[in-house]
Amino acid sequence: MTMRKTLLAIGLAIGLSPAAFADGEQFIPMTSYRVGPYAAGGTGVFGGFIDYINLINARDGGVGGVKLTYSECETEYKTDRAVECYERLKGEGPSGASMFNFVATGPVYALLERSVTDKIPLVSIGYGRADAADGRVFPYVFPLMTTYWSQNTAKIRFIGSREGGMDKLKGKKIVNLYHDSAYGKETLPILEAQAKKYGFSLVSIPVPAPGNEQQAQWLQIRRERPDWVILRGWGIMNPTAIQQAARVGFPRDHMVGVWWAGAEEDVIPAGDAAKGYIAAGLNPAGDQFPAVQQIKELLYKTGKGNMNDPARVGSIYYNRGIVHGVLNVEAIKVAQDKFGHRPLSGEEVRWGLEHLNLTHERLKELGVDGLLPPMKTSCLDHEGQAPVIFSQWDGRKWNVISEHVDTDQALVRPLVEESAAKYAAEKGIKPRDCSQEM
Amino acid sequence: MIYRESGQFKTSYRADQAIFPIPQDRYALFALLAFAFIAVPLGANDYWLGSILIPFLILSLAALGLNILTGYCGQLSLGSAAFMAVGAYAAYNFQLRLPELPLLLDFLLAGLVAAAVGIVFGVPSLRIKGFYLAVATLAAQFFIEWALTKFGWFSNHSASGVISPQPMTILGYTLTTQADKYLLVLGIVSVLALLAKNLVRSATGRAWMAVRDMDVAAEVIGIRILHTKLLAFAVSSFYCGVAGALWAFAYLGTVDAQAFDLNRSFQILFMVIIGGVGSILGSFLGAAFIVLLPILLNLLGHLFGGAVRQDVLSNLELITFGALIIFFLIVEPHGLARLWQITKEKLRLWPFPH
Repeated sequence: MTMRKTLLAIGLAIGLSPAAFADGEQFIPMTSYRVGPYAAGGTGVFGGFIDYINLINARDGGVGGVKLTYSECETEYKTDRAVECYERLKGEGPSGASMFNFVATGPVYALLERSVTDKIPLVSIGYGRADAADGRVFPYVFPLMTTYWSQNTAKIRFIGSREGGMDKLKGKKIVNLYHDSAYGKETLPILEAQAKKYGFSLVSIPVPAPGNEQQAQWLQIRRERPDWVILRGWGIMNPTAIQQAARVGFPRDHMVGVWWAGAEEDVIPAGDAAKGYIAAGLNPAGDQFPAVQQIKELLYKTGKGNMNDPARVGSIYYNRGIVHGVLNVEAIKVAQDKFGHRPLSGEEVRWGLEHLNLTHERLKELGVDGLLPPMKTSCLDHEGQAPVIFSQWDGRKWNVISEHVDTDQALVRPLVEESAAKYAAEKGIKPRDCSQEM
Repeated sequence: MIYRESGQFKTSYRADQAIFPIPQDRYALFALLAFAFIAVPLGANDYWLGSILIPFLILSLAALGLNILTGYCGQLSLGSAAFMAVGAYAAYNFQLRLPELPLLLDFLLAGLVAAAVGIVFGVPSLRIKGFYLAVATLAAQFFIEWALTKFGWFSNHSASGVISPQPMTILGYTLTTQADKYLLVLGIVSVLALLAKNLVRSATGRAWMAVRDMDVAAEVIGIRILHTKLLAFAVSSFYCGVAGALWAFAYLGTVDAQAFDLNRSFQILFMVIIGGVGSILGSFLGAAFIVLLPILLNLLGHLFGGAVRQDVLSNLELITFGALIIFFLIVEPHGLARLWQITKEKLRLWPFPH
């Protein structure tokens, strides 16, 4: 670091010091993970998230005149450290923490009950408990955009469209190659339901964690001769699967990954073998969006950007961080419109999260149209039912190859409600009556 | 001066064999317990109780369990976290399927189930020793983690495999606040630590140490190796099992196999090594070092808040932590407990050393 950069950093420290809270500030805790096995994801998502918060402060002076502040706490992607961070940060700022985004499923489960007592929302964008989409039972959990279950139905629809219609799925064979963990097994019931509905045969093959050993699985896949392979992978499992697919000659453009298997970090290690590989996503890659351009202009040109490597601005993970920022800030804005332009408590922000309405026009205003799809939440639906997009790796970058593919809520929603009702019965929770909610 | 023992005469075997023969030690321990049981729950806030003290105490218990096996009986194990997982899942399933069981009995049974599993995985210790045994106990770690995610029965067929445990109720009173949970954990840890301290002073403990120091010689003087080693595995796994149940019920609030992965086993082993192999106090010191130091470093890092980039800071924390481990191991290879022992020796002579 040059002398000038150091001085600038110190200057920034005085300006942005998280300890120096004043009235009129809205606090967002950042439970990031920048070390450990998932650091590639953590640095990207939280880098984009923080950049977006800083953009809102630099460009608009905060939300409704209320400046946004944040404080980071390193979780190392470990649930116990995340719980510690939650307790440390929940009371910071003039009105407490607005909401928590752990970008990890473990803490969402661990803090499910505490967040209700503390009245602080848990936002899990694209991961976490699928049945928490039922806001009647889970008032403080927001699995925004798509849950794993919803995303999985979009994946089958995408495969159907590639085959030329959902009726063409009949008699086809799909292999579900999954990480043998709680995370990997989560979509098994929804896949089985769809196999029955559309008449394709499903072969589920587990890969023991961490997944760097897949020869036996791919030999089995070669024997099975499936039409499609769904890759529900994680970390090292993804590039390994792509390489093995190349070795047994399975076409990569018939492999569809979950969004944890669809970032630059998942395909670059596989080299040329990854060309043509397809992955589902919450957001496309690219820096052409106005908000990202403004971040480059206002933050990176003046050395205030959060990413160590500015080349990663616009990558999949980074843009997912922007999506986090947009949804968090929008929830605060919606809540401010109701409760007034002042620092809001977690309970008030919760109202905002429940009344998100991101239309194309609104997304255009924010400069993120195309980066995330239109969505709308309600008391009943904490997910927002955002559609999914599919991108293909061309060896250098991810290209969007599909329209927005809607999820199959007719299939998912009854399962969500059933699971949520079971949880409510176990815990003795009386579900809210949404017709009484404002 | 402080530790002057002149004038303290022991006139009976009973006094000579007391658990803490020096009154200063005894009073200090009573004061510490009184402080922990009365002053801490009154004075500390939820953050300290829930995020610092409860995990510290629970992992101390797990380290204590491993220390019995590794430190006293000389059997290296890398399966501690797996036995914790067994305890956590057993406690959950007992509560689920036999809800009329009282909570404390439930934890006791969870410990016993872990002990039974521990005995099974302890059987290879009769043939293999040292590092080879460590590799054999790795099998326990992988097998148990696999079995708990593979068979849905253990997690009551939960889709995600992460389950929330039942609320903790003792005699009709539901433990909800962090202070309640802290007192429960502290109570269990104190009782089990006292038991462990007495156990290692007893014939059983001496048999363990004899096996540790030279098992052939121990066998020659009439110690049953099979019995002794398996007992060590059972007791150790019992402690780990109870710690696992507490970790799930009193700290995390989820029963999740991933909370008990290989890294946790390493963490517990490091606590034993840093704290002091073959020392009850060392288990607590080691747990304090491994659990609390990273949090302290993270908090200290925030004093620089912004002057250093966050990603650099996060890595610096790990580097500092690693450097401190190396520093302490060089300064005192026998662990923090040994440092305390040396200090005590010096205090006994101070201010007039020979």
